[in-house]
Amino acid sequence: MSSATANTEPRAYHLPEEPHLHEGHSTSLGFWMYLMSDCLIFAILFATYAVLGGSFAGGPGPKDLFDLPLVAINTAMLLFSSITYGFAMLAMEKNKVSATQGWLFITLLFGGAFLFIELYEFAHLIHEGAGPQRSAFLSAFFTLVGTHGLHVTFGSIWLITLMVQVAKKGLIPANKRRLMCLSMFWHFLDVIWIGVFTFVYLMGVLR
Amino acid sequence: MIFGRLTWDAFPWHEPIVVATFCAVVLGGAAVVAALTYFKLWGYLWKEWFTSVDHKKIGIMYMVLGLIMFLRGFADAVMMRLQQALAFNGSEGYLNAHHYDQVFTAHGVIMIFFVAMPFITGLMNYIVPLQIGARDVSFPFLNNFSFWMTTGGAVLVMASLFLGEFAQTGWLAYPPLSGIDYSPATGVDYYIWALQVAGVGTTLSGINLIATIVKMRAPGMSLMKMPVFTWTSLCANILIVASFPILTATLVLLSLDRYAGTNFFTNDFGGNPMMYVNLIWIWGHPEVYILILPLFGVFSEVTSTFSGKRLFGYTSMVYATCCIMVLSYLVWLHHFFTMGSGASVNSFFGITTMIISIPTGAKLFNWLFTMYRGRVRFELPMMWTVAFMLTFTVGGMTGVMLAVPPADFVLHNSLFLIAHFHNVIIGGVLFGLFAAINYWWPKAFGYKLNVFWGKVSFWCWQIGFWLAFTPLYIMGLMGVTRRMRVFDDPSLQIYFVIAAIGAAIVAAGIGAMLVQFAVSIWKRDELKVEGDPWDGRTLEWATSSPPPEYNFAFTPVVYDADSWADMKKNGYQRPLTGYQAIHMPSSTGTGVILAALSTLCGFALIWYIWWLAGLSFIGLVGFAIFHTFNYKRDFYIPVEDVTRTEEERTRILAAGV
Repeated sequence: MSSATANTEPRAYHLPEEPHLHEGHSTSLGFWMYLMSDCLIFAILFATYAVLGGSFAGGPGPKDLFDLPLVAINTAMLLFSSITYGFAMLAMEKNKVSATQGWLFITLLFGGAFLFIELYEFAHLIHEGAGPQRSAFLSAFFTLVGTHGLHVTFGSIWLITLMVQVAKKGLIPANKRRLMCLSMFWHFLDVIWIGVFTFVYLMGVLR
Repeated sequence: MIFGRLTWDAFPWHEPIVVATFCAVVLGGAAVVAALTYFKLWGYLWKEWFTSVDHKKIGIMYMVLGLIMFLRGFADAVMMRLQQALAFNGSEGYLNAHHYDQVFTAHGVIMIFFVAMPFITGLMNYIVPLQIGARDVSFPFLNNFSFWMTTGGAVLVMASLFLGEFAQTGWLAYPPLSGIDYSPATGVDYYIWALQVAGVGTTLSGINLIATIVKMRAPGMSLMKMPVFTWTSLCANILIVASFPILTATLVLLSLDRYAGTNFFTNDFGGNPMMYVNLIWIWGHPEVYILILPLFGVFSEVTSTFSGKRLFGYTSMVYATCCIMVLSYLVWLHHFFTMGSGASVNSFFGITTMIISIPTGAKLFNWLFTMYRGRVRFELPMMWTVAFMLTFTVGGMTGVMLAVPPADFVLHNSLFLIAHFHNVIIGGVLFGLFAAINYWWPKAFGYKLNVFWGKVSFWCWQIGFWLAFTPLYIMGLMGVTRRMRVFDDPSLQIYFVIAAIGAAIVAAGIGAMLVQFAVSIWKRDELKVEGDPWDGRTLEWATSSPPPEYNFAFTPVVYDADSWADMKKNGYQRPLTGYQAIHMPSSTGTGVILAALSTLCGFALIWYIWWLAGLSFIGLVGFAIFHTFNYKRDFYIPVEDVTRTEEERTRILAAGV
C-alpha cells in the first residue's frame, strides 16, 4: 500500500510490488494434465482391446501371429531410448550442450529403430492376411499399437525440432523446459509400451 | 479426382427450404462482409479481437459464437415442432425423412457442442481469472487457439447445411447406423470431424483453466476461499479433461471403421456396436455435468449477492460439487438400461444415479437457506435463479423416475426422456446462462441490461417452456417415442399443437432477449454503471467495469471467500499512486491459422480430398513447429498507460459519487 490511508487499515489488500510469475510457471502442471488426458485415450484403446481382443471372427489369434523375440527386441529399443533420454537430461542439468545433443541423437536412433521394427511387424502381419480389417481383435490390436507408434513418431519430430532449437539458442530456460516436457512424454510412452507388451503380447500368447 | 466426392450434386438443389435458407445466408453474409469492409472494421477485428489472447475478449467471442449457434439450433427446434404438429391424418408434414432426420441430429449436436459448451467456456474464461485476481489465464495463446478450434467445428457443422448433408443418426451417432454401410454419405463424417476439431479446443481450454485456477490465484486465496463459481468451474474443467479424450478416442474408432474398414462397431467380423454406446456415454454423462456445474456456481453467486449475505453452507457446496463430479462417472449405463446387462448391473447404475440427487438436493437447500432471512432483491439474475430452482427440481425428479430401471424400460427413448433432459438443460443450463448474462453484462460492458425487455423475455421463456414440454411429458408416459416424423394416432395432434405454441412463445422470449440486448446497447449511456453495480461480493467487482486489459492495477490479497465484501466491510481504499508496469502476453495470429488449417483438413477428409487433407495436415504440423521458434511472447504495459487508465477511473469514481 502506498497511499496514506494504509495506516487506518488493519489488512493490506494489495501487494505493493508486482509479483513476477516466472515464465512457464504453469507449464509442467499443464503438460502433466495433457499427459493424463492422453493416458485416457490409451485407457479407452486398452479397454477396447480387452473387450474385442477375443473376437477373432474365425481368423488368426495372438498365438498364430505374435513373434515374441522380435517384440522383445523392439521393447529393448524403446527402453534403451528412455535411458539415453535420461542421460540427455543429466547432461542438460550440467549445461553441457554437445553431450545433451549427442544423447538426444542416440535417443532418436533408438526411437527410429523401434518404429522401423514396428512397421516391419505390421507389414508382415498385413502380408499374411492379418490386417486390421480381418477381425475386431486385429482392429483393436492395430489401433492400440499403432496409436502408440504414432505417438513415438510425433515424439521423434518433436525431438528433432528441439535439437534444432538447442543448436540455435543453447540451453536457455525455455529450451530446458521444452526438453523436460518431451522427457515426460517420452517416458510416458515407455510406460504405455510396457502395458502394451504385457497386456497385448505376453498375455496374448498365453491365452 | 481433384475434389474427391465433392461435386455439383453436393449442393441440395432439390430441397427448396435449404436453397431458400442458403440464399438468405448468402445475402446476410454478404451484407455483413460489405458493412465490415465499408466501415473498415477488418483490421480492428483482426488486431483487437481475433488475434487477442486477452481472456475477456476470448470469453466474449465464445459468447457471441454460442449466441449465433443458439439461433441456428433453435431454428431446428421450431422446424421439428412444426413438422410434428402438422404430420397427422395422412399428412406427411413439410419435411421429408432425409431432411427431418438431419434436423433433429443437428439440433442436438449444435445445442450441446456449439451452444452450451461455448457459452459455459466463455463464461468461465471471462469470470474465473477476474474472480481469482489474475491478469490472464495460464496459457493465453492456447486459449485463443481453443476458441478458434471450437469455431472451426461450428463452421463444419454449418457447412453441412449447404454442402452435402449432416448426419441422420441422432446426436450421438450410434453404430451400426452411423457405420459406412448404413450412412455412406458425408453426414456422419461432418459429425465426426466437427466434433474432433472442436473437441481439441475444449480439452485444451479445460487444461488451461485448471492450471489457471491451481497456479494463478491471488495471494491468500486458499482453495476453500475460492468463490463458488471458481470451484464449480474447476470441477467442470476437471471433468472436461477427464472425459473429452474418451470422446476423441471413441470417434477415432468410429472413423477408422468408416475410413479404414476396421471392425470395432460393425455387425460382423467380431465388432460390437454396444461397445460404442458404452464408450460414448462414459464421455456423455460427465458432459452433462460439465454443462450444469458452472451454472450451479452462477446460481450460488447470484443468490448470495441478491440476498445480501454470505452463501449458506459454502463448505457443503464445495463438497457437493466434488461429489457430483466423481459420481458423474459412475452412472453412464443408465442411458441404456435396455441393453440388457442384467438386474445387478442395472441396479448398480440405477442406485448411483439416484445418489446424485443427494448432493444436488443439498445445493438447492443451500440456496434456499441463503435466501432465508436475506434481503432478497428480485433483479433479473435473481428471477432466473428462482425460476431455475422451481424448474430444475421438476426435471431432477423426473430424472430420478428414469433412474429406476423397470420404469426406464417403459420410458426409454420416449418423449418423457426428451421432456426430462430439456427440463434440466433449459431449466438449469440455459436459465443459468441468462442469469449469468444479466448478472455479468455490466461487468463486461459497463452498463446494465434493460429490465423491461428482460422481464418480457423471462416470462415468455417460463410460459413457453412449460407449454412446450408438459405435453411431451404426458405423451411420453403414454408411450410416444422420440424422433418420429409422422403420426398415425390423430388424438395426439392436440398435444403437439400445444407444444408448437409453446415453442412459438419461447421464440418470442428469444426475440425479446435480442431486443433487450439491442435496446441496452442503444441506451447504454443511461444504463451506465461503475465497477460494482449489484453490491457484489467477489473479486471481479473490485475492478472497473469493463475491466482494464490487465484486470487489476495491483495484485489483490485475499482474506475471505467473499473477498470484495470483506474489502468493503473493512473500509478498503483504492490505491491512487505507485502504479507499475504490467507484464502481459502478446497477441498472435497463430491460433487462427492453426485452427483454419485443422478445419480445412477436416473438410478435406469429409469429402475424401486426400491431397488437400495431407497438405493441410503437413501445414498444420509445420506451422505449429514454426510457431515454437518464436520465443518472444510477452510485453510490458508501460507504467504511463496504467496510470492514465487508473486516473481516468479515479475521475469517474469521483464524479459518480
